[in-house]
Amino acid sequence: MIALQRRADPSRLMGYLAPLLALGITLLAGLVLFAVLGVPVAAAFYAFFIEPVSTLYGLAELGVKAAPLIIIGVALSIGFRAQVWNIGAEGQLILGAITGAAVALVFYENDGWYVLPLMILASVLGGMAWAGIPALLKTRFNVNEILTSLMLTYVAALLLSWLVSGPMRDPDGFNFPESRLFHDAALLPRILQGTRLHAGTLVALGIVLAGWVLLSRTLLGFALKVNGAAPRAGAYAAFSQTRLIWIAMLMGGGCAGLAGLFEVAGPIGQLLPSISPGYGFTAIIVAFLGRLHPLGVLFAGLVMALTYLGGETAQITLNLPLAVTGVFQGLLLFFLLATDVLINYRVVFK
Amino acid sequence: MNETVMLTILTIVTAATPLVYAAIGELVVERSGVLNLGVEGMMLGGAVCSFATAHYTGSAALGIAAGLLAGVLLALIFAFLTLSLQASQVATGLALTIFGIGLSALIGQPLVGIAFSGLPSLHIPWLSDLPLIGRLLFSHDVLVYGSFLLVGLVAWCLNRTRAGLVLRSVGDSHHAAHALGIHVVRVRYLATLFGGACAGLGGAYLSMVYTPMWVENMSAGRGWIALALVVFAVWQPGRLLLGAYLFGGISILQLHGQALGINVPSQLMSMLPYVTTILVLVLISRDRGRIRRNAPASIGQAFHPTT
Repeated sequence: MIALQRRADPSRLMGYLAPLLALGITLLAGLVLFAVLGVPVAAAFYAFFIEPVSTLYGLAELGVKAAPLIIIGVALSIGFRAQVWNIGAEGQLILGAITGAAVALVFYENDGWYVLPLMILASVLGGMAWAGIPALLKTRFNVNEILTSLMLTYVAALLLSWLVSGPMRDPDGFNFPESRLFHDAALLPRILQGTRLHAGTLVALGIVLAGWVLLSRTLLGFALKVNGAAPRAGAYAAFSQTRLIWIAMLMGGGCAGLAGLFEVAGPIGQLLPSISPGYGFTAIIVAFLGRLHPLGVLFAGLVMALTYLGGETAQITLNLPLAVTGVFQGLLLFFLLATDVLINYRVVFK
Repeated sequence: MNETVMLTILTIVTAATPLVYAAIGELVVERSGVLNLGVEGMMLGGAVCSFATAHYTGSAALGIAAGLLAGVLLALIFAFLTLSLQASQVATGLALTIFGIGLSALIGQPLVGIAFSGLPSLHIPWLSDLPLIGRLLFSHDVLVYGSFLLVGLVAWCLNRTRAGLVLRSVGDSHHAAHALGIHVVRVRYLATLFGGACAGLGGAYLSMVYTPMWVENMSAGRGWIALALVVFAVWQPGRLLLGAYLFGGISILQLHGQALGINVPSQLMSMLPYVTTILVLVLISRDRGRIRRNAPASIGQAFHPTT
């Protein structure tokens, strides 16, 4: 009979191995999935995991897709460390896109250097405001932040849908639910000729670094970690739980808002009814796959970006439904959670 | 009675029933000390499997059974990961939702745009023919009656039977229950699978009666609203029924808002159920003492017999 035996100390080795093991099992499950769907397994594998990154353009696209995942993933992993469950990053992303786009539209055809910085500021504040609601309700009224942040995601999506079909609609756009195309001063600079790779990717790297410094080199990072691992110890150390919840939520909201702006001012270039293929939700998986560690999140973000790209390529070349991406992401998280058991437990046969 | 009013009441019933199923299942799960955030994913799994089965076999009964089974299977993944492998319940629940959304979209792709005849309403001799009351109370489909029966049964089991006592003891203090010789993990497995079955039925009701068709991501947050309903009900089955019908009424308001002369953009009307959920959660949760008295004490905590 197989049984689990608790380890005296968590295994560091397994901490690194478990995510790789999970990736390996997910790939195997992918083979089974392709076989069940009746597509040639080798071709599907190639289309999903190799073809998207076989060109410079493809690699740049990987960066474009990974940037929002990493930006949000770093912030969420810091929050999750503190046991603050901000699940509504998708809604905060949408709010950031809305407020950032509003600035772009107000300053339409204004070439001032300050337009883009103002948009960035607005998007961060927009995301923070949206995340501030669950934070306020949690700290003031004891309301579960999972449910409120998630409900606000639906509200944000409906708000965006209303805005682009009403107040923010392009006046010359034949009633299509879209905003005006942003003018040049409101667009992120491209950093690689002939691709869509934008400056936001560099910001993502900066955020990884900032997240790492915060978690491993500052008192605030320490307080967040203690609060998550042992709330009562944190209370004895006089770390204010309320303050940590606010910080974790606002950090998540600000980063998600920023990621939203990078989407509309980067690859999209205008406000559309749908601006994100679920980056805010996928970033949750990215955070866990990256072991709630900023450097891990960097790699996890690239892996998850590949599942988006692969899904798109497989849709074009093999006519596979785009939903395969979601199945892959869900499976990966399942296997990751399953292999995590090896960190704290040892499998014994008796 | 006015025909529009009558129709509105009847649609409230169809809007509330999926919530009743999903929420009563989650209530039992939570009373056993498990927090399954994957209700949304299980509902979608139930919705697509029941619709597909009903469409291909032509049998509504088989469709309902398939929805139930899909919910159980998805819940089994959750139970295995959290109860056998000690994975975090919050993370696993989220994974279940993400997986359920993706899987249901994949399965449902060939089914988009196909209509289904829906469930026939049960004709009860004599009662269904009564004027007014007959149509109001005795003209529903089998799943509506089933939902009331289920809530009653759960309330009775939880409060009046030994099985209910065992379940509650596991949810309130798994170590004490373990010391008494109760098989904690087994009880939680059963409760989680029951919750999956209920969520699957709720999903089946959505795709077979409420719409009735398959639309990607059609549960639109109802799984999460069901989770909120359990809090609203402070873990009591009777209050849950009340809450589900309240939410059913609000979601119908957005459909009939235009007809009632409320001139607000449809997107803003559609926000109502979500905003209401938040407001209701605030009203209930602000009373910390009440939450503490009623919430299962071991909720969300992993249990391993050797710790």
